[in-house]
Amino acid sequence: MKFTMTSALAVLIVSAPMAFAGGADDDVLSIDGVEMTSKVAAPPALAETGIDTAISGWHFREDDTQAMQTDSFDNPAMLAVERAADVWNTVEGTEGKSCATCHEGPESMQGVRAVYPKWNETAGEMRTLAMQINACRTENMGAEAYKYDGGDMTAMEALITVQSQGMPVNVATDGPAAEYWEKGKEIYYTRYGQLELSCASCHEQNYGNYIRADHLSQGQINGFPTYRLKNAGLVQTHNRFRGCIRDTRAETFSTGSPEFIALELYVASRGNGLSVEGPSVRQ
Amino acid sequence: MADNVKPRVKVPSSASAGEEIVIKTLISHPMESGQRKDSDGNVIPRSIINRFTCDFNGENVIDVTMEPAISTNPYFEFTAKVPETGEFKFTWYDDDGSVYEDSKTITV
Repeated sequence: MKFTMTSALAVLIVSAPMAFAGGADDDVLSIDGVEMTSKVAAPPALAETGIDTAISGWHFREDDTQAMQTDSFDNPAMLAVERAADVWNTVEGTEGKSCATCHEGPESMQGVRAVYPKWNETAGEMRTLAMQINACRTENMGAEAYKYDGGDMTAMEALITVQSQGMPVNVATDGPAAEYWEKGKEIYYTRYGQLELSCASCHEQNYGNYIRADHLSQGQINGFPTYRLKNAGLVQTHNRFRGCIRDTRAETFSTGSPEFIALELYVASRGNGLSVEGPSVRQ
Repeated sequence: MADNVKPRVKVPSSASAGEEIVIKTLISHPMESGQRKDSDGNVIPRSIINRFTCDFNGENVIDVTMEPAISTNPYFEFTAKVPETGEFKFTWYDDDGSVYEDSKTITV
């Protein structure tokens, strides 16, 4: 009798992890009734790794967290969007201009998020959205630059991002961008820190598996800036990169560094075709 | 008055008589608990929304007492039956005496 009890228990223990496997679910993400493309045939940058589907990080999260993103009223990130909408119309700097002076409403930013980071011909540099916002502020408005990952910057990014919600990510990786893309790829596959982990160790070879109690996603960045419940605030792509590298017990690159700009371009290209869903909600 | 306080309410614009509708409310507020200290060791004074009410055509729908453990930007979601066309009135009461109001009309 005792033997049967033990073996019955063993069956339970073996089968339990199956029910809680950390893989992507098959739910459908729609935000305010607009359906998002949260799974798409792998774009070239991802397909060459042997992965056939690009999957948004949304699919790896719990139902409660997922639900918060489906209604923009429930999405806490929208508070930052509202705040940035006020800033949009606020005149700052020596030129007496606001964002609205040149760009009219924030709706004019539709499609912008989807193509950043983007090569800027005039400046001869690869620009992230944050860099472009600061370029506008310093060159056109005569205002002070925002801190790269400060609250004002992240909120403004969120406002610009939300205009592109539902549009496919489409960063260019050819021409002058190719050099940055290659550099980003190299960083992606470089093992950092005492734990000797590369981005690929977790997000390519082990997405869908657990890392301790957490689900590993593909590391797609189509949902950034992201409202993280644990921070009760918005985080940018570069904050996430820094956090990941820090977790490998390495000295990290700083937000806005050339390394992270290249990495952002490369990682974004692995999600070309996924909908821009930022600002998203994650655990 | 606390900074950046802004109430938001989501109510359907129309409903059928007797229908149960979902109301969502959110007010941006720091909800300082009064238990924290600043870098000099001084207690940061408590500043929270301590009461939230919702009335429909003068009749009370919900009346909530709020305590310091409630986090930033308090969010309430509740249901209400709508017998007739009318106005929902939402009121938040701040510790400092400020009162924030919002209202939404619904057509039956």
